[in-house]
Amino acid sequence: MEGPPILSMKGISKEFFGNQVLKNVDLIARPGEIHALVGENGAGKSTLMNILFGMPVIHSTGGFKGEIEIGGEKVTIANPHEAMNHGIGMVHQEFMLIPDFSITENIKVGREIGKPTMLSKFLGSSMDILDRRAMSKDAQNALSRIGMSIEDYVKVAGLPIGYKQFVEIAREIDKTGIKLLVFDEPTAVLTESEAERLLDIMRRIARQGIAIIFITHRLDEVLAVADSLTILRDGELIERTMTKDMTVVEIAGKMIGRKVERLVDVADTVRELDDDTVALELRNFSVAMPGEQVSQMDVSVKKGEIFGFGGLAGQGKIGIINGIMGLYPSEGDALVFGKKLQLDRLGDALRNGMAFVSEDRRGVGLLLNESIERNIIFSSMQIHNKFLWKRGPFSTLNRKQSKEHALKMIRLLDIRCTGPNQKSRSLSGGNQQKVCLARALTMDPNILIVAEPTRGIDIGAKKLVLEHLVKLNAEKGVTIVIISSELVELRSVCDRIAIVAEGKVSQILPPDASDAAFGLAMSGMSIHDAEGEGEVHHE
Amino acid sequence: MKNKEDQRSQSTPVTEVALPDESRSRKVLSWVFDNKVMLLFGILCIGAVAVSGNSTSFVVENIFIRFGRNGFTVLSLLIPVLAGMGLNFSIVIGAIAAQVGLFFAVDWGMAGMPGMLVAFAIATPLSVLFGFGVGRLFNKMKGAEMIAGLILGFFADGLYQLFFLYILGGVLPIRSENLGIPGGIGIKNTIDLTGNMKYALDRVKMIDLVLVLFIVIALLSVIRIITHLKNKKTFPVGAAVLLIGSAVLYGLTYIPAIEQYLMADQLAVIDAIGIVCLLTVLRSVWKLAENKRHPDAHFRTRRHIILIAGAVVVYAATYIPFVRDIVLSAKIAVLPFALVAGLCVFNQAFLSTRLGQNMRTVGQSQVIANASGIHVDRVRILAMIISTVLACWGQLIYLQNLGTFATYGAHLQVGQFAIAALLVGGASVQKATNKQAITGVILFHTLFIVAPEAGKALFNNAMIGEYFRVFVSYGVIALALAMHAWQRKVKPQLEMPR
Repeated sequence: MEGPPILSMKGISKEFFGNQVLKNVDLIARPGEIHALVGENGAGKSTLMNILFGMPVIHSTGGFKGEIEIGGEKVTIANPHEAMNHGIGMVHQEFMLIPDFSITENIKVGREIGKPTMLSKFLGSSMDILDRRAMSKDAQNALSRIGMSIEDYVKVAGLPIGYKQFVEIAREIDKTGIKLLVFDEPTAVLTESEAERLLDIMRRIARQGIAIIFITHRLDEVLAVADSLTILRDGELIERTMTKDMTVVEIAGKMIGRKVERLVDVADTVRELDDDTVALELRNFSVAMPGEQVSQMDVSVKKGEIFGFGGLAGQGKIGIINGIMGLYPSEGDALVFGKKLQLDRLGDALRNGMAFVSEDRRGVGLLLNESIERNIIFSSMQIHNKFLWKRGPFSTLNRKQSKEHALKMIRLLDIRCTGPNQKSRSLSGGNQQKVCLARALTMDPNILIVAEPTRGIDIGAKKLVLEHLVKLNAEKGVTIVIISSELVELRSVCDRIAIVAEGKVSQILPPDASDAAFGLAMSGMSIHDAEGEGEVHHE
Repeated sequence: MKNKEDQRSQSTPVTEVALPDESRSRKVLSWVFDNKVMLLFGILCIGAVAVSGNSTSFVVENIFIRFGRNGFTVLSLLIPVLAGMGLNFSIVIGAIAAQVGLFFAVDWGMAGMPGMLVAFAIATPLSVLFGFGVGRLFNKMKGAEMIAGLILGFFADGLYQLFFLYILGGVLPIRSENLGIPGGIGIKNTIDLTGNMKYALDRVKMIDLVLVLFIVIALLSVIRIITHLKNKKTFPVGAAVLLIGSAVLYGLTYIPAIEQYLMADQLAVIDAIGIVCLLTVLRSVWKLAENKRHPDAHFRTRRHIILIAGAVVVYAATYIPFVRDIVLSAKIAVLPFALVAGLCVFNQAFLSTRLGQNMRTVGQSQVIANASGIHVDRVRILAMIISTVLACWGQLIYLQNLGTFATYGAHLQVGQFAIAALLVGGASVQKATNKQAITGVILFHTLFIVAPEAGKALFNNAMIGEYFRVFVSYGVIALALAMHAWQRKVKPQLEMPR
């Protein structure tokens, strides 16, 4: 971990159109070191990386101030290709892989090995013939360096999602003279076990003397794998320190600049739960959603309750909401206040006083090319015929009413935008989520189902969204069902939490149950099962 | 290369990834599904041939004529598909370049092979220029290349008409009086190529081709030997063997019997089948021997054995009287077929070059290509240039075979017909191969040949037969595109979890 840094960025400042997004920031990475770069959304992480890679967006907006040194030498990086030549690689959050290419072709993309032909003398190396044998050998070598063994001629399309990421890493590793590898939120799309494997691979790569910059919002992963970290907040360098001197609470505190203990304070809300009235009941409920199957689930949610569905990715918790909404075919019964939903009729759940916030914000949740206003009123207009002028057989949009409502929602949820006419595509993730929530609230629901409410949004926005859900529940008595991968979040707001494993409810636990109980429930066991086998693992 | 890293990395276990194995019946099913367009047209063709009452030998003879005429143009469509630019409707522009070149060659009173060479010399730089322009335009409207190409074709036709109707004879003088509209300006409707360019390429004798081939190989080998001796001071045995071998083979052509045979400009199909079978066997045997020397884990031994067996069976089949009767009268023009074969080889070889691989990458994902340091725009422009030039040559081959040059009509349907043929062969907007192009040309033109007669037989009216032909040619494009759209939309059936 000692020795001269491979990368040192000094005094980096950058402004976009008068908006200072980086102020005199330093970033240093040493050989064999895993260096975490943390900060809220908008803290300047992406801009810093864009500068490092010489992305066109930086140069087309007036460049930046400060110096970049690689291996002690001052360099200017004009484009991503030059960054590559300096030995800097990037593992992207969204895979940069070609499904129809073999693993070898993906690993060697743009850097194919060629043998000169007669034509290459006249037309340059683009007429070289590919040396597939040598390419395959290189690919195998790169794969074995990250501990993967797979036939390299297999097409990437057929690989499990976790392995696609490993191919992506192998591609970066294969670049000659690679010195620094940037991992941009690499675990965001992975299941927990895949994420663990990834961290292993990062350690393995670091042992080979390559510096790693690890960008993530999962602080436990920072503690697990990083040697040192840089914390950015609002474009400023807050701290560069060794990880072993820090705790999660301290890092989170420095990131958002105020002490966080719980995401939401619910202690002072006094609510009366109606134990006798069942708001939502699932009976023998199955959903055929690929990758998130629900199989013959039975569960009931009481009126006025905040109910959580947790569990690992791919176990079926996401399938529940998609089945009730009618987006995927389902079997069995779903009852809302005792009334059976017609699940094959799209929108039946909406008509029965339910509202949804989908986990797929950009795909299902939003009309990306429509304004915030239209997004907020859309479901209500379609289902309840609100915001409409009736003129005989025709009805037209009541612009005044819809605008007033949108402005009210923007104020209420603190949606950061230029106005109700801004396209929802151009909003940040957190604000898009707030728009989804605003639309659900506009439905004035009895039951609100929210899936992954805080996925991909920063801690500040997260807190606001959760607080609002709690408030809604306390003030209006709306029954709220939260489906989330983040247990911390569920435990801070829910009355009861159902852990879903293999498409069934494995356990229903109170939020203050022990960590071990939750952990066991996720693997489909209860404390009693574990004790029966005489193997209780405490964390 | 068991290096230090490998030993160090033993702390974490190596992950093995198991892949699902497909069953045989499933493979057959998915093959049928993938090739349903081709299969449907195959059945349609067989039905139409049966109904039309045309003799099979007539149909086969005509297929070979039309294949030599149109094959090249259809094959020129492959590279843009590869580069992700879809079906290149703008090959019309290549055809326009060809017609300008051909017109000037005719106007200057050139004839035969020299005339053709002049036409090529004028048309090729023009089509490079046009291809470059089209590529630049397509780069500005990524994702809408096909509709852009279609409209561009119409636009280019307008400019072409302006050029031939007004500028030629109006601004630029034309030399041959009989090409102009009598008493006016501009060029007349039809230019007869009989006596100058007709069959200029078709009538090239085999012996001349062999001579040219020998000269090229000899020159290349000599260059190779010289450069090797200069640079590395080792003697390139391979090049020398090639030189001597080709010299010996060329020497054989002085044997009177062989010389007599090669003096012809057409090759009987029955001989061609024998030659192709022989080449297939030789190639597979060579590959098998190669694999013996350097074993390769993924080498498909069975495939080559099947190829050899197939070649033998096909050759044997030519001795069956029935088959012999069918193919006996069919002949192929040597040079156009050699050019088509050459283009197939080119397309295939191009895939294994660095540029070809880059083009495939661009075709699959421009974002990834960009991030991998590939100049996406340049690669796309190159794809358009290659396609336009090939389409231009294809049009020259087409016109010299047809023998009449419809000044204002010859290029209009080029894009549609070539694309229809390619689609019938089972190609799609994203994927097209040599095999699909060849199958497509054969099926499409079979239908074209027999459609009028079939229509007459079915509806007892010659007019309906003619209508049927037009209907079929446009219908296949719509049907093929619709079937492909449907094929892309089909989702796997979801199963309820138990």
